[in-house]
Amino acid sequence: MIKVVVIDRYDKRHELDAPTDMNMNMMELCRSYELPVEGTCGGMAMCASCHMYVLSSHEIGERSEDEEDMLDEAFFVEDNSRLGCQIKLEDSLDGIEIKLAPVG
Amino acid sequence: MIQTDIIIIGAGPVGLFTVFEAGLLKLRCHLIDSLPQPGGQCSEIYPKKPIYDIPAQPFILAGDLTEQLMEQIKPFSPGFTLGERAEFIEKDDEDQFIVTTNRGTKHRAPIIAIAAGLGCFEPRKPPVEGLLDFEDKGVEYIIKDPEFYRGKKVVISGGGDSALDWTVFLADVASEVTLVHRRSSFRGHPDSVQKVMDLAEAGKITLLTNAEVVGVSGDNLLCSVEVKHKSDGLSHIEVDHWVPLFGLSPKLGPLGEWNLKISKNAIEVDTFDYSTNIPGVYAVGDINTYPGKLKLILCGFHEATLMVQSAYKRIYPNKNLVLKYTTVTGPPGM
Repeated sequence: MIKVVVIDRYDKRHELDAPTDMNMNMMELCRSYELPVEGTCGGMAMCASCHMYVLSSHEIGERSEDEEDMLDEAFFVEDNSRLGCQIKLEDSLDGIEIKLAPVG
Repeated sequence: MIQTDIIIIGAGPVGLFTVFEAGLLKLRCHLIDSLPQPGGQCSEIYPKKPIYDIPAQPFILAGDLTEQLMEQIKPFSPGFTLGERAEFIEKDDEDQFIVTTNRGTKHRAPIIAIAAGLGCFEPRKPPVEGLLDFEDKGVEYIIKDPEFYRGKKVVISGGGDSALDWTVFLADVASEVTLVHRRSSFRGHPDSVQKVMDLAEAGKITLLTNAEVVGVSGDNLLCSVEVKHKSDGLSHIEVDHWVPLFGLSPKLGPLGEWNLKISKNAIEVDTFDYSTNIPGVYAVGDINTYPGKLKLILCGFHEATLMVQSAYKRIYPNKNLVLKYTTVTGPPGM
């Protein structure tokens, strides 16, 4: 179990307990806590409805080509933009801080 | 007026399979979908992705699943109203529903089955302040008639095929075309990318990469857009039209105003027959919710099967329905 901080679109902080042994990703974690992340495609990196920013300096793998392509359909993409479904919950992410991106 | 037995709203896998199960009971169906092709998310979002949990199909591509379902329901000759959004629902004095689309097409039936998945697909709108004020006053999310842009100054945003293709097409039509994209590579077809690059090189269009439209302004009509550049701040472009092309995303849309009981963007149903709070209106597949609901195509198929039994009894209250196996009845047909 790790701690994940999610800042919602009203700048409210949510400290979440996140299991690392259930093959979950950040989009699914947010949805399981009923935070407003759509995840329309279910986690295939085929939509951009789980766009979020990584605020802390945790090491996450590079964006894949699929992820990069889908971020083209997101808005206000920054250097720290990621698709939540492509961030796997792992022990190394303990304390990670993310912020939900604005939605269209 | 299109008359049928069941109006199915949503032509995704569950809507399509509803036609089959209804057909076995000799009920006719007509499907309405806002997308121009059947298949719903399966064809719009992930046609090339394999699905592994369809019984007896170790794996099947989502696009192939759609094709197979279309084949399976062919004997029942369902009707389709595609590219139109079911907008209004009303009841006439013969206890029939009338569903009218955004283009005014009217459908009449005693039963409605809502199989709308996550809702209808609509263009994604950039969260730019004041954007809504300029809709149809310079901001369009879909290019319907390219001639509309003849001699006009147009900014297109996006990095996919539609942004690239329209940039190429409008280069000969509009007086000025600027394509704004957030990075320097494009996900569109390599041919289209090359054409855009060539046009930019020849000075026929302006290509702004690593940039994003972040503001709109004008006096009633759109006059300029504000572009944020990754490297060097902001600039303004004088425009007549801005066309943001960021794909489609599903929204509950007009269904939310049909007086259905909605909970967390889904329609509450009774698991006895997947009926909603409006008698004669059912909801099946991802659009419904009930205790224990799982959003799986597989579960939607089951829901549709039970639902049409109830629909039959509603249409023919005095007829008894006997379950017949397709192994007994032979090839299905009307």
